[in-house]
Amino acid sequence: MNIFTYLLLGFLVVCAVAVSLTKNLLVSISIFMSYSLVMSVIWIILESPDLAITEAAVGAGVTTLLFFVTLKKIHAIIRSEGKEGDHTDE
Amino acid sequence: MSKKVPREQYEKTLTWRLKSWFAGEKDLLLDEVEMKPQKEFKEDAAAARKRKEDHERVRSLIYDRDRNVGIRFFERAYQVMSVLFCLFLVGTLLLAVSFLPSFGNPENPVNNEVAERYIEDGLQETGAVNIVTGMILDYRAFDTLGESHVLFIATCTVLILLRIDKKKKTGQEYPEESDNIYEPKDDLILQTVTRILFPTIVIFGIYVILGGHLGPGGGFSGGAIIGAGLILYLNAFGFEKTEKFFTAKTYKCLSVCALGCYALCKSYSFYTGANHIESIIPLGTPGAILSSGLILILNICVGIVVAGTMYTFFVMFRKGGY
Repeated sequence: MNIFTYLLLGFLVVCAVAVSLTKNLLVSISIFMSYSLVMSVIWIILESPDLAITEAAVGAGVTTLLFFVTLKKIHAIIRSEGKEGDHTDE
Repeated sequence: MSKKVPREQYEKTLTWRLKSWFAGEKDLLLDEVEMKPQKEFKEDAAAARKRKEDHERVRSLIYDRDRNVGIRFFERAYQVMSVLFCLFLVGTLLLAVSFLPSFGNPENPVNNEVAERYIEDGLQETGAVNIVTGMILDYRAFDTLGESHVLFIATCTVLILLRIDKKKKTGQEYPEESDNIYEPKDDLILQTVTRILFPTIVIFGIYVILGGHLGPGGGFSGGAIIGAGLILYLNAFGFEKTEKFFTAKTYKCLSVCALGCYALCKSYSFYTGANHIESIIPLGTPGAILSSGLILILNICVGIVVAGTMYTFFVMFRKGGY
């Protein structure tokens, strides 16, 4: 159990450093999401499952989605032009 | 010996397709991937040198750096001082952290008579098996009311910043209007998965909200789960389906009702001198779902506000209005 905790904590540090070091915004958001997931596991180990639920829902789910939508809004993710672009109104 | 194959033939092989899929250029099933990451910004050396030279020239022209000693001194000192300030800040924070009491020590100043009271008398006074919920929704319910309002105000701010006014169309159209970025594609996998997952997520969220005083969970967690489920549904089926049951009007009604209900339930502590532990409502048997007085109602109120807020955040970021 103890080794598992230390592994998770180490992964947390690695994630936190990697978020700031990656140049690709999509990748850094994905790493941020994994940070939140590991954090929620750590909350369970620290015996606060209610925080773990909230962290998983907000940190890994909603925040990441909002980041993705913002990236799409500022055109940081390029949409490839192709025949998929015809589903305008359905 | 492997022989060299022509380019067209090579592009048909599985190896090339796997390789290009791995590189994010082509999709194995579709022709192209839906979105690809931004290209890295590259600038050729001549342009970079010219940009730097221009920058230097403009700076020396503006500040007259050859003759202005003060500016030169300021620039030098600014760099040194910024490094010194960062080191000072890091040192101070590390020093402060080193004075923190050790984790989990029973002698810590946190474990004072307040925590003792919560743990020992919490069950009798609030009727909630989950001490945390009893704390935040009974002893400190007034703080939680403020937190719900903070969430509501955050939504209002996002609304002010990101809302696109539909009535005011003065020829100036947003380029996104004609684009299809608002409407998701009919993704069969996503829709099938959502059909299975969405009811499960919502029921789990309702369970977490209703069982907030019995086990881990509560209004905020359950509301966040339901909000995430709603966002999943929106991504799978598009705005036309979700607007059948959740519009801006629904959100307004729900959050105003929930916040008003919460405020009504807890505003009596204004008149009792912030002493709102004594309640007229019977606490019931601890462990039953209809117990612990107002906590269940407050949990439902908080859950409604949080779920609506999560969903509205997403819609505002995505579309700028319902």
